Amino acid sequence: MMPLLTEIASWLLIVAGSFFTVVGALGLVRMPEIFSRMHAASVMDTLGVGLLILGMMLQAGLSLVALKLLILLALFFFTAPVITHALARACLHEGIEPLLAEDRRPKSKPPGGRKSRRQP
Amino acid sequence: MFAVAALAVLAALALVVARALMGPTVFDRVLAGNSVGSLAIMLLAVFGFLTGRPEFLDIGLTYGLLNLIGTLAVLKFFRHGDLAYDPDEEPSQ
Repeated sequence: MMPLLTEIASWLLIVAGSFFTVVGALGLVRMPEIFSRMHAASVMDTLGVGLLILGMMLQAGLSLVALKLLILLALFFFTAPVITHALARACLHEGIEPLLAEDRRPKSKPPGGRKSRRQP
Repeated sequence: MFAVAALAVLAALALVVARALMGPTVFDRVLAGNSVGSLAIMLLAVFGFLTGRPEFLDIGLTYGLLNLIGTLAVLKFFRHGDLAYDPDEEPSQ
């Protein structure tokens, strides 16, 4: 009974992970600008990769392979936010503005760019 | 089951490479390059399970570390125009 349940659970996790990976890649192609594309790519890096690795861990059982998969999951857990943060900061530094439906920022602030964001 | 996952990862790789080729700004290309890296890691892991040799995971781990360093180096280069940027110095722009 237990092996069957593990098999079904890992099958479901891997199929869900594949689905989210494809959805994230589709978003990366279809989204209108860089910040929303980052949002789509983070779907791939969290749900896609996370569910796939969890499914593979269920397949591997308690072994060194499962430990390596756990280390890989931890690596993604820490590096994906770091890279997204650095990318967003680099974009803002270059003066690329997020596409907003409604600009709620105070009017007195000059539109962001290279100089206005640098604090002395 | 692993064949399904490998096919999904390959399809996602094709879409991400399309974004890397289209990308209007350089940051789109950097983002797509990073996603290609993480998808390549997943492809290595899934392919290892598909062929019954999970030792490919070691290559995936190394690739993940290199992916982080590479992306951050490229971003730092585009942000400061220099890899050895010193934040204490006044930026010369």
